[in-house]
Amino acid sequence: MNPEFFVISLLNGVSYGLLLFMLSSGLTLIFSMMGVLNFAHTSFYMLGAYFAYTISGVVGFWPALVLAPLIVFALGAAFERYCLRRVHKFGHVPELLVTFGLSYLILEVVQLVWGRSTVPYGLPEQLQGPLFSLYGTQFPKSRSFVMLVALLMLASVWLLLTRTRIGLVIQAALKYPEMVESLGHNVPRVFMLVFGGGAALAGLAGVIGGNTYITEPAMAASVGSIIFVVVVVGGMGSLAGAFLASLLIGLIQTFAVALDYSLISLLGLVGLAVTDQTFGYPVLKLTISQVAPILPYLFLVLILIFRPKGLLGTRED
Amino acid sequence: MKFAIKAVAASLLLASAGGAFAQKGETVKIAWLDPLSGLMAAVGTNQLKSFQFVSEEFNKKNAAGVKFEIIGIDNKLSPQETTSALRSAMDQGARYVVQGNGSGPALAIIDALEKHNARNPGKEVLFLNYAAVDPDLTNSKCSYWHFRLDADTSMKMEAITTFIKDVPEVKKVYLINQNYSHGQQVSKFAKEMMQRKRPDVQFVGDDLHPLAQVRDFSPYIAKIKQSGADTVITGNWGSDLALLIKAANDAGLNNVNFYTYYGGVTGSPTAMGSAAAGRVYQVSYNHMNLGGDIGKMVVDYKKKFNDDFYTGAVYHAFSILSEGFVKAKSTDPVKVAAAMEGMKFKSFNGEVEMRKTDHQLQQGLFISKWEKAGGKFPIDQENTGYTFVPVKYYEPYVASTPTSCQMKRP
Repeated sequence: MNPEFFVISLLNGVSYGLLLFMLSSGLTLIFSMMGVLNFAHTSFYMLGAYFAYTISGVVGFWPALVLAPLIVFALGAAFERYCLRRVHKFGHVPELLVTFGLSYLILEVVQLVWGRSTVPYGLPEQLQGPLFSLYGTQFPKSRSFVMLVALLMLASVWLLLTRTRIGLVIQAALKYPEMVESLGHNVPRVFMLVFGGGAALAGLAGVIGGNTYITEPAMAASVGSIIFVVVVVGGMGSLAGAFLASLLIGLIQTFAVALDYSLISLLGLVGLAVTDQTFGYPVLKLTISQVAPILPYLFLVLILIFRPKGLLGTRED
Repeated sequence: MKFAIKAVAASLLLASAGGAFAQKGETVKIAWLDPLSGLMAAVGTNQLKSFQFVSEEFNKKNAAGVKFEIIGIDNKLSPQETTSALRSAMDQGARYVVQGNGSGPALAIIDALEKHNARNPGKEVLFLNYAAVDPDLTNSKCSYWHFRLDADTSMKMEAITTFIKDVPEVKKVYLINQNYSHGQQVSKFAKEMMQRKRPDVQFVGDDLHPLAQVRDFSPYIAKIKQSGADTVITGNWGSDLALLIKAANDAGLNNVNFYTYYGGVTGSPTAMGSAAAGRVYQVSYNHMNLGGDIGKMVVDYKKKFNDDFYTGAVYHAFSILSEGFVKAKSTDPVKVAAAMEGMKFKSFNGEVEMRKTDHQLQQGLFISKWEKAGGKFPIDQENTGYTFVPVKYYEPYVASTPTSCQMKRP
């Protein structure tokens, strides 16, 4: 692997990882606050992309960048207020199921409104084209923008949670909700804001992920499983953990693609020749690049076995 | 008793009257079994609309004077669901089924029909496959009840490699495909056929990635760039192709040409846009600007649905059926099957022949290139202003591949 390929892959991995982080940060926030594993989280991501597509058709991309997450925030908050809160008293499983149902509902609504095929949600002119060129490979502005927004988001969420009054209330409500409530804070409203905020973060990811990649009804399902991996690997409810895990998974996936080594080449190193007659040849011939997309899930299983609380998680349960 | 005799007499009379007028005025129910939900929903929806639209056009005027009726059933892209969808279609009186997305469901239909047709003489059902391109379906697994209207993977690769033979600039080829039967076969046939026609061409990469899982293709693009490839051959479709081309555009992979099977299918034209102009090729039996009967349909379809009518094999399906009805003077699947075997008819890509030995339609193929629409090729795709412009047409014999089919005839 030569240096230019390494640098390009590093950039690709980091930018993909940062998009994953934008997606999973909302999920991990909601989970740590409310104990709700929100299955509809990526549906908010999809909604963000579709709203941004429609809004940018009317007023342009930059207003959409602000407006779309706000609408998603309102939807998320309304869902918490009128649906999740009612279900809350029945326990975790109904909560899980109601978000599961919501994900299907959103998918069908999106298909009814915008159709089943890809919508032409393009990049605004300012983000088209390459930002810089490295050894002849261009690094697109859109991806740099994803990185920038993700970092800004990380910083502002961090500041909000640790440096503001509402952040302190949120953190306190996370651990001692009854205590916070008896101190006179409106904990249900805090929950509503957190759920809406988490959804808005996903919506924001959708606004810039939708045109960097592709806006279609399958976009929610395609990232659905990977962000759960991020949240579990990072440690349930840990924002820093989610950040670390996203970058790790982005890098693992990117670099694994480049490695065309299989078990055959490993056996070749120790002097064993493998032919297609050898027992288990179909497994032995699989290269790392072929299994690259399943590596995060392998990682997930390993983490659950050896460090169930995740990389930076604090909960032992 | 008296009533029964009367009924029998009446039906006999009716039957003989029907014989006199042959198939004229009959309604032919065609069951469409393809995905309307999930990953391929967009493609399936487009194709169901295509079938409904073209059937209406044929109902206005067809040689056999029959009326076509389409029954659309969602098979969720799963072989299992396909079998139950087939059952329900037959319950609704369909004697013809069409399917195209995925060779797995196609095989399920073939298996089910082999059993059904053997056990229910007089109620046989025919299967017209309009897009499932696994060569096995007309080779080792061929069936008398199955007719393929698309060109299979090997035929298309035959056309691509014949084209590349005359492009000396192609020196290093990179294969990237989806990791399931179709993608693996594209990879296999590419290597085999290129070896025969251009032994000097080097394969610098052969990647298989999981179907519809990869969001970010930039690592693959970096790898292609690294390999020094000048040409990529891919059987990818749907978002896997759209994202691949998009990532290539983003990374500025300008000196690499893409040879695709499905560049014109829902989603990809939008992703390619102007950035991919002149660099993406498609091998197919059609293109948007064929003119004639189908040309009018493409225009009307676009007007009606604001979508592209890209599955030309739908037109083949109605052509071969109405020709078959005329030749058999009946809409009975058994007679029609016998009539369609070896039948030659004119379609939009020249004279085509339903080869008797394996029921694979022998047809001309186009190599087309993604270019700005206009001039002789005005119809664009997905309102991008760009379209696949034909650069080469191959007569049926060029793309024809031999078959190992041992057809069992009833």
